[in-house]
Amino acid sequence: MGLRTGIEVSLALAEAVGLSRADVIAAYPITPQTHIVEHLAEMVAEGRLDAEYVAVESEHSAISACLGSAAAGARTFTATASQGLAFMHEILFIASSMRLPLVMAVANRTLSSPINILADHSDIMPERDIGWVQLFAENGQEAHDLTLQAFKLAEDSQVLLPVLISLDGFFLSHMIEPVTLISQEEADAFLSPCTLKPRLDPAEPRTLGALGGPEVYTEVKQQQNEALCGAVPVLEKIWNEFSGQFGRSYRSLETYRLDNAEIALITMGAVSETARSSVDQLRERGIRAGLVRIRLWRPFPVRELLSSLDPIPCIAVLDRMLSPGSVNGPVALEVKSAFYQHSRQPRINCFVAGLGGRELSRRTFIEMVNRSLAGESHDTPSIHLDVRHA
Amino acid sequence: MMLEIRIHGRGGQGAVIASQILSYAFFLAGRYAQSFPTFGAERRGAPVASFVRVSDAFINLRSQVVNPDHVLVLSAKLAETVNVTSGIHAGGIVLINSDNTPEYYSFFEDECRVVTANINRLALEHGLGNRIMPLVNVPVLGAFAKVSGLVSREHLEAALPRFVPAGLEANRLAMLEAYDNEY
Repeated sequence: MGLRTGIEVSLALAEAVGLSRADVIAAYPITPQTHIVEHLAEMVAEGRLDAEYVAVESEHSAISACLGSAAAGARTFTATASQGLAFMHEILFIASSMRLPLVMAVANRTLSSPINILADHSDIMPERDIGWVQLFAENGQEAHDLTLQAFKLAEDSQVLLPVLISLDGFFLSHMIEPVTLISQEEADAFLSPCTLKPRLDPAEPRTLGALGGPEVYTEVKQQQNEALCGAVPVLEKIWNEFSGQFGRSYRSLETYRLDNAEIALITMGAVSETARSSVDQLRERGIRAGLVRIRLWRPFPVRELLSSLDPIPCIAVLDRMLSPGSVNGPVALEVKSAFYQHSRQPRINCFVAGLGGRELSRRTFIEMVNRSLAGESHDTPSIHLDVRHA
Repeated sequence: MMLEIRIHGRGGQGAVIASQILSYAFFLAGRYAQSFPTFGAERRGAPVASFVRVSDAFINLRSQVVNPDHVLVLSAKLAETVNVTSGIHAGGIVLINSDNTPEYYSFFEDECRVVTANINRLALEHGLGNRIMPLVNVPVLGAFAKVSGLVSREHLEAALPRFVPAGLEANRLAMLEAYDNEY
């Protein structure tokens, strides 16, 4: 039986890596992710986790070591954030196109400059096309559960892809909150030992990621995309199994009070909890608001999104990244694109807010709803909230 | 019913650890609790704050605490340089580690109940820290528990070992003495 305790979310995630019996952890510390890898280093040093902890000199090396480790058939984990993720950028594509199953946690933090260590989604959004399965945790329990699920998904023979779990920096990573920790027996029953076939084997030398000219490159990319999209039914199967064993259910997106809604908020990450409590406040005032929280960011759950939002006439999307020169932030673009050619055309507003750690309170979400319902903008450009002018 | 507590301290005084212990004590009492720091680059000596949020039900909120029910101030001078009562609910407790009387803080603009306790002296008597930097973050919780009646002596005591890496016994005894004192 799992143990319900109060624990920092970073530690709960690291404990799940331990429960997954990871073989190799290669990581470089960066705020606000540091507590995850520090705790793993402790677990290895104390002999609680029988893993190779590779202390590398940079994030570029961390992810490169992870590639080698996964190619050698080891269960592999790393974690990073912000500049560290950006520094990994070129290798992230290689991990997915070489179909190497590894798991990474990203404690979302903004990008420089100006230097800022606080939360938004500026680090992860530029990485949306790296070909990884990408999940967003909302609370500590999810960060813990998704980690175990991520290894199972990544290593499934139908998938063989890297999986990434985003958790908002500080507001999730540094929060102490109640989490039911899975026991080792339960974890072992859910996740089998790693049985990856070593693709790098001295007895059978071969080249991975070799040259591929125009005669094959397109087909390789097509296959990679098919594999990524094909991960969804496997993930759903894993979620069913998890729910059966642990009683906690997971879906590609979560909905809240959408019945009879006149407006739906769309959010990702930990602020979704604040958004949910704003929905309650709005409902008390007679405004029929609801919420869709996206958990699975890649592959993007178009079908589930469209059916959950039917027939709501007005949608307010939160983007925690400013995409310079684009009409909207990445999440709103995805939502609008999902509705293109759809018979029903709700009004969709994009709100850019919560950048570089700026507070996202209930007031923010209530303002999003009020301004959307007032029909302030039928037009496409983003509405930038809470911008102070000199 | 949501309860929000803000702890003011200086970087290095252990305001974050105090919030962790307090939230864990509430957790041990069977309640939902969150604890988190003000996020930023912490510097030793600079004013910092940390927060505890407690509820009987799952907490659907992840924003900073702006309207605390109660406030703890680890360093007396802070109460004169930082607006420690900012946003406090009327009648909330402001517990200050100070050798002044509560009347000294009549300049507070918000309606609140000021309680002072000389935790510095208590900490030094228990060998916690030194005159320049007494370690008050744990004993102050004993005083708060007594004054507020919100958390039991037993739950606080049980919450300590996980978060106090060194000097556990001295901290425990100081905290219990602070609890047993009258305010």
